[in-house]
Amino acid sequence: MAEQTVDIALLYPELLGTYGDRGNALVLRRRCELRGISARVLEVRTRDAVPNSADIYLVGGAEDAPQLTGMELLRESGALHKAVNAGAVLFAVCAGFQIIGTELPGRDTKMIEGLGLVDAHTARAPKRLVGELAVHDEALGTGWLVGFENHGGVTTPGPDAQPLGRRVPESGFATEGAVQGKVVGTYLHGPALARNPALADRILEWVVGPLDPLADEQADLLHAERMAAIKLPH
Amino acid sequence: MPGATALKLAPSVLEVLIRDRVTCFVSGTNGKTTTTALIATAMGPSTITNRDGANLPAGWVTALLDAPPGAPTVLEVDEAYLPHALSLAPAAVVVLLNLTRDQLDRPNETRMLAHRWRDALELAPTARVVANADDPLVAYAAANAPNVTWVAAGAHWQDDATTCPQCGALLDWSQTAWHCNSCGLQRPPTEIDLLDSSVPLQLPGRANRANVAMALGAAAELGIEHGAALDAMVRLTSVSGRYARHRTHGHDVTVLLAKNPAGWIETLDVIDDLLSEGPGTVVVAINAHGPDGRDPSWLWDVPFEQLAGRKVIATSERATDLAVRLDNAGVAYRKDARDLLVAVGDATEDPVIIAATYSNFLSISRELAKRG
Repeated sequence: MAEQTVDIALLYPELLGTYGDRGNALVLRRRCELRGISARVLEVRTRDAVPNSADIYLVGGAEDAPQLTGMELLRESGALHKAVNAGAVLFAVCAGFQIIGTELPGRDTKMIEGLGLVDAHTARAPKRLVGELAVHDEALGTGWLVGFENHGGVTTPGPDAQPLGRRVPESGFATEGAVQGKVVGTYLHGPALARNPALADRILEWVVGPLDPLADEQADLLHAERMAAIKLPH
Repeated sequence: MPGATALKLAPSVLEVLIRDRVTCFVSGTNGKTTTTALIATAMGPSTITNRDGANLPAGWVTALLDAPPGAPTVLEVDEAYLPHALSLAPAAVVVLLNLTRDQLDRPNETRMLAHRWRDALELAPTARVVANADDPLVAYAAANAPNVTWVAAGAHWQDDATTCPQCGALLDWSQTAWHCNSCGLQRPPTEIDLLDSSVPLQLPGRANRANVAMALGAAAELGIEHGAALDAMVRLTSVSGRYARHRTHGHDVTVLLAKNPAGWIETLDVIDDLLSEGPGTVVVAINAHGPDGRDPSWLWDVPFEQLAGRKVIATSERATDLAVRLDNAGVAYRKDARDLLVAVGDATEDPVIIAATYSNFLSISRELAKRG
């Protein structure tokens, strides 16, 4: 274990990174380093080859046109599929979550095929969902997750995946996110792993094995502050 | 605001007020207020303008209500309202600064705004456009307009123009001039260069040299002689509370507005300029109310790593979001969630630069203006 370096691939941040998504990579690296585990962030730009052998792949949010460009580049590359099939972790947010699913609305709202890395399909939501959101994580057991959502599509897990958890406020939908093996998709921004240190650790544990809890004062406080801003049902 | 009342009572009041005037509109994500002030300075003391960033229709009406008939007008215009402004004064001089991500919780996609600008300019073929050639979204919006003065105003944040706004292919940024290998959209040749750093501008930072270059383009279209325009612009020392140095709580304090990644890249450059002697304190004040954008995820797109080695105070309502970002950037800081000016009082090194999001920028500017 002491020899291991955790490789974190941040995919196309200039295309798929609208919501400060690079933060998820920085948080994973920091939580490794604070524990004396070596970690690297591999920033994969659109002109770079996607690595086959990173431990964790991160895909973030995007506007509609760059989202589809990013998806086609990842489809052509094939490297992300290879890595996920070989057991790599994939954490995808917002537009990134939509493209790793089975299908999503394309340029002229006709449905198009996604990357199929998680059994979840995206349809247009009747109304855009924007605001602070809490999710009770029932798939990974990390308790309450919190973030900011802003999306016009709604993504529903199929039989091979399960929801990440129950959402508050519901806003017409009972669940949020999808989990299938070591693939996690969510609409939580913040970035998600900055606001939810327990989720960051669960993702790291898939790579390095069980971790002791880590006190990171401001990160823990941020989770508590954002939770306090959500009205939970009694 | 009197403008809001007037608009409610008589929705057509704006058409009447703006008719038969020399009019200039200034729009873009960053630099609107400063560029508007630069143009107003060059146009002279009788110019009508909306100071303090009141850039929605009610703010335009408020500015115009007291205007003598025929007085020349320069208006700062919110990006989403530029089509409306152009429909009222289609022959205006229009300054298009830049389009980058801002207020992430608003439904307007950045490139949606570029499409709307383009459509609006198509309906206003007599508009005289002054546009930033280095920003592909702006260049796309103005590409078909018949009268364009292209300015080399720079674009240091490029992550909202990774793909071509016209065809969606990846843009080629490898040369000094961006271009699209697929549809051929490319950086237009420019007539006005970025202001030379030897020009003794009172406003700090390269972004303000770009703002002056854009404002000079507008001044030329408005018939103001170049030398006179530049003379007036270089003398401007502050813009609605920005850049002015105040003495308060025992410190020399300068306030800056910074509320999105592209703006912050320029703010970090201004901070380097203002603290070029070495010592000083940077107070970063983050809120997330409506005008700030309710989703502060953008903090992670700002290269705060550049503040390492400086004295930094993290403050305001979202100080914890900022603290986590700074922890991950390797920047040491002191967190102080008390009232902004109280936190400033505890700064250990002068000068003090406050960089704040919109809502706390506004309250601190008002507070400092009250104290004189």
